[in-house]
Amino acid sequence: MFDWLFTDDWFPKFDWRWDFAWEILPRLLEATLNTLIAAAAGYLIALVVGLFLALAQRTNYRTVTFAVREFVEFVRSTPLLLQIFFIFYVGPQFGVTLSPWVSGMIAIGLHYSCYLSEVYRGGIESVPKGQWEAATALNMSTLQTYKRVVIPQAIPPAIAGLGNYLVGIFKDTPMLSVIGVAELIHTANAIGSETWRYLEAYTMVGIIFLVLSLPAAGLIRAFEGFVRRKLGM
Amino acid sequence: MEDMSAFPLEITGEDVPMVSFRKVRKAYGSLVVLDNLDLDVAAGEMVTIIGPSGSGKTTVLRMLMTLEQINGGVIYVDGQPLTHMSKGGTLVPANQRHLRKRRADIGMCFQHFNLFPHMTALENCMEGPVQVLGLPKAEARARSEELLELVGMIDKKDQHPSRLSGGQQQRVAIARALAMRPKVMLFDEVTSALDPEVIGEVTNVIRKLVSEHNLTMLMVTHQMGFARDISDRVCFFYDGKIEEQGKPADLFGNPKRERTQQFLSAVKEAV
Repeated sequence: MFDWLFTDDWFPKFDWRWDFAWEILPRLLEATLNTLIAAAAGYLIALVVGLFLALAQRTNYRTVTFAVREFVEFVRSTPLLLQIFFIFYVGPQFGVTLSPWVSGMIAIGLHYSCYLSEVYRGGIESVPKGQWEAATALNMSTLQTYKRVVIPQAIPPAIAGLGNYLVGIFKDTPMLSVIGVAELIHTANAIGSETWRYLEAYTMVGIIFLVLSLPAAGLIRAFEGFVRRKLGM
Repeated sequence: MEDMSAFPLEITGEDVPMVSFRKVRKAYGSLVVLDNLDLDVAAGEMVTIIGPSGSGKTTVLRMLMTLEQINGGVIYVDGQPLTHMSKGGTLVPANQRHLRKRRADIGMCFQHFNLFPHMTALENCMEGPVQVLGLPKAEARARSEELLELVGMIDKKDQHPSRLSGGQQQRVAIARALAMRPKVMLFDEVTSALDPEVIGEVTNVIRKLVSEHNLTMLMVTHQMGFARDISDRVCFFYDGKIEEQGKPADLFGNPKRERTQQFLSAVKEAV
């Protein structure tokens, strides 16, 4: 009953051409590099800004806490794609003209910083109250307490969560294709419209994403173990 | 608003108490924990606070360490106001800067040690001297090693707290507090979380401090025998007030108040 699977008129639809795949590989690898750079840069922004957003929500200034809280909720409740469009297309109307790359990094970095701030917040809240009290008893300032006592202890339990978002940001970089950042999907689209062949490019893009994402979880776990050992915990 | 004119801007004269609680009040909402507490501790004196749980004894230490805000009265340390600062000839609640300045005189050890888990025993001791006092690392290290020697923990100086027993952690915590060279040391139920067989190693360190160092100490404990041995004075707290205080021999041997008698006989039965 599955004879139709092996008939010629169906099978040729999987017309995979190795020579073509080989030919486009360099372009895709170059785009892979761009994707990795975009993900890394966006993640770096998110790591730093996210920490500040988390700390800002813990200050004694009600207005700051409220404003940051609302900002985080707003960003988390609206699509990343909209934020990318907004910065790239609406920005110029307010005199802020940015290149696709810069707008993309800002959009994706800010978007993920809001998610990361929640991870940091959880990590910070997991540090026992006694640690704060010990720091006060040693007469440490608030800044010293965060820097020397609280944040070093907040990081290890947050690494798993932070790592998940690294994979997340990597898989969200294709969104930047809509404003013309030459990452993987953008390049695959370009190849498709030039040659009318989509199968090889999209398949290869999928494999590239898979190959890079799969080991990430293991690496993150290993990194967490490394940090914990390093801190003697 | 409390009338602050009843409180001096500083305590002067001879025999200025190292610690002075003046009409101190602490309440959580409508629950009054401490009411009009007056307590002076002389320089070099060892005062132990005993009493049933919920009597406010730990709160006394926590207020002195500025871990709890007070709701009335003033606390003085070495004659200077701690919880307040003088501004325009009157006392106003202290700001962070004032607290940081005055807090330097006080050190505290906690029931659950609260060592920093990501630092070794030595690093725990060096943290305050280096970061807060700004000592050069070599000097902070020498000072810390000397204190770890004092508490008998020099062999374990490179261990992280997770590798140490409760008694060992508490001894490191004592060294860490002493490294800041406080004038007043606070011990908040430092043996309560320990296994019975290691209580002695911590109490022996405190005994050594009492006999060899001229520190002012305030201690909350449930170890009545220990309190009796080393205290200059024992305060029995009941219901947010000092019900009775006196020399340990008098308070333990011949308690005057009925509640003190009840508490002490209840404790004796439990042992």
